[in-house]
Amino acid sequence: MNLEYFFSLFLGGMTRGSIYALIALGYTMVYGIIKLINFAHGEIYMIGAFTALIIGGALSLTSMNPVAIFIIAAIVAIVYSAAYGYTIEKIAYKPLRNAPRLSALISAIGVSIFLQNYVLLSQTSDFLPFPNLLPEFGFLKPVENFLSTTQFLILLSTAVVMILLTILIKFTKMGKAMRATAQDQQMAQLVGINVNRVISMTFIIGSATAALGGVLITTHIGQINFYIGFIAGIKAFVAAVLGGIGSIPGAVLGSFVLGLTESFGTGYISSDYEDAFAFIILILILIFKPSGLLGRKENEKV
Amino acid sequence: MINLKKIRKAILTAVWFMFLTFPLMVMKVNTIENTVQWRWINLAYIGISAFIFSLFWEDLLKRRDNIASKDKKKSINNKISRKLENKKIRNISLFVLILIVVLFPFIMSMYQTSIITTALMYVVLGLGLNIVVGFGGLLHLGYAAFYAVGAYTYGLLYYHFGLSFWLCLPLGALFSALFGIILGFPILRLRGDYLAIVTLAFGEITKLVLENWNDFSFGPSGIANIPRPMFFGIKLKLAEVTNFTYFIAIGLTILTIIVIKRLESSKIGRAWEAMREDEIACQSMGIDITKAKLTAFSMGAVWAGIMGVLFAAKTTFINPASFTTWESIVILCVVVIGGMGSIPGVIVGALIFILTPEYLRAFSEYRMLIFGLALVIMMIFRPGGIIPKIRKTHQFKVKEVKE
Repeated sequence: MNLEYFFSLFLGGMTRGSIYALIALGYTMVYGIIKLINFAHGEIYMIGAFTALIIGGALSLTSMNPVAIFIIAAIVAIVYSAAYGYTIEKIAYKPLRNAPRLSALISAIGVSIFLQNYVLLSQTSDFLPFPNLLPEFGFLKPVENFLSTTQFLILLSTAVVMILLTILIKFTKMGKAMRATAQDQQMAQLVGINVNRVISMTFIIGSATAALGGVLITTHIGQINFYIGFIAGIKAFVAAVLGGIGSIPGAVLGSFVLGLTESFGTGYISSDYEDAFAFIILILILIFKPSGLLGRKENEKV
Repeated sequence: MINLKKIRKAILTAVWFMFLTFPLMVMKVNTIENTVQWRWINLAYIGISAFIFSLFWEDLLKRRDNIASKDKKKSINNKISRKLENKKIRNISLFVLILIVVLFPFIMSMYQTSIITTALMYVVLGLGLNIVVGFGGLLHLGYAAFYAVGAYTYGLLYYHFGLSFWLCLPLGALFSALFGIILGFPILRLRGDYLAIVTLAFGEITKLVLENWNDFSFGPSGIANIPRPMFFGIKLKLAEVTNFTYFIAIGLTILTIIVIKRLESSKIGRAWEAMREDEIACQSMGIDITKAKLTAFSMGAVWAGIMGVLFAAKTTFINPASFTTWESIVILCVVVIGGMGSIPGVIVGALIFILTPEYLRAFSEYRMLIFGLALVIMMIFRPGGIIPKIRKTHQFKVKEVKE
């Protein structure tokens, strides 16, 4: 047993888990409020990554400070992804609010196909390298064998996002409205909550966190193409269900469980079955806890 | 009606879309050569199309809501079904249909016949998945796994033992059904979307196993040179075998329709319907829900298994790439677009869903873009599918009661 190897796998798993968590949050928040599996969510993450690449790539031709470029690119990507999330909800999901649930799901699949091909046609089908903008952090020098700068950044920003989100949901008026809408939409409307606004807000927040995930992972991995959203979306969905879909702490916990399982599975067992570990752990957990790790067991009524 | 307020709104929408699509549509960055290309003309296209789109969007939505609230008897579907009740019209249209079906491969090119055969395969797959999703109400996202089981049954049994297509057809169905039951057991306790994600996981695991277990399935390179179906032991020429495969597909489609139609109104079919409506109420009425779920899974899997064998025989080559989650989603789309639970709906859905991208080839690279958009628009304006399921109703006429 090599301790250093173990640590690098552990941190790799945590990094993976952080990215899954950033995407899974949007899934779980949307699901909690309108009970929709938002298949297009992975595409939002991809668009975030692409926007960052475009802005970052264009600005890096100027003589600006690379760190400033990175921050600008990340902010623009987040704003744009949030705008996409908002627009998609208004066009593709809002008219289907009273329709059968599966119709909304197919609409989401349609959006996903559309966005993939939109990026494919307007940009390229090739893998594009992400410009290297971030300097190595000096204080990470002693641990650079298992913790790179981007990994550190991913872990740090995920932690910050989690804290901000918890504050938003627990202590602000909007958060209260969100929780109320998730519990009972009709009742929320009766007590004067603007449900449309709450739903829009959920999409905006969810898309923004997904975009942050997209920006961070592209700086970490270094290249992107139009197809990265699909598999990331599915993995994040698995993470959200693993933790109990609709529950925000559940999504985070599920993501870390998933990330660590994948990392240790590929490190110690076999890298051929990388994706299979995620699904096997999912099945095992759901067999013993049918509503996820932190999911509420709902009382069923006839 | 177009008034000033609407135009103002449309302009705002156009500006919003121009802002939204700016980085992706206008800028094109090549991070390898470090060049930026500016395509300002795209901005004008986006603005104009968003403006037009926005002018009509709300009216269309309003019209949709009006139609939905109006008397349903006036809908086109109802008119057609009313017409079909007339025996004379029914016989004539049936005759025409049979004529078209029989003559099709002799009139059209081999390419056309081949496309239609594929579409027919999706009709059967859709009808099979319809048992699980439409009748049983269990969202299944791993249906392609059963399809894979069928295809690999034929591929491997031929490779190792030289078994023929006709022998493998029932075997594929059998293995697939067994696989359905094996899958069904661990997920009996799961509900709704938890069930959906576990079926998705099973589908992915099946694909990964096929990809990586080289000794068993020959990995990503798959199995090649699988023989096409033979006609009573006679080997046919390529053109003939295409037509023959077409007729096999027609035969299997008819068989599926008959069997599923019978299943729907059988005891187990009604049990599925009860399960879909409410699991607890269904159990308290004395229906064995374990049995109902497992039969739904295995009965649905049977058709995927059969189609898997046909798929292997039609393409003569199989590899795991044909059985991805994407494939499962395509089949699910067929069911939902056609109309969940409705047999004619699923048939029409499969034909439209599979044939549209084929005939959109004229738009070449734009076809999937249009297709995605079409899915969204179709769901918005016909959320129940093209031919929604008509629930069986029983009416007592006043006269009967008096007697």
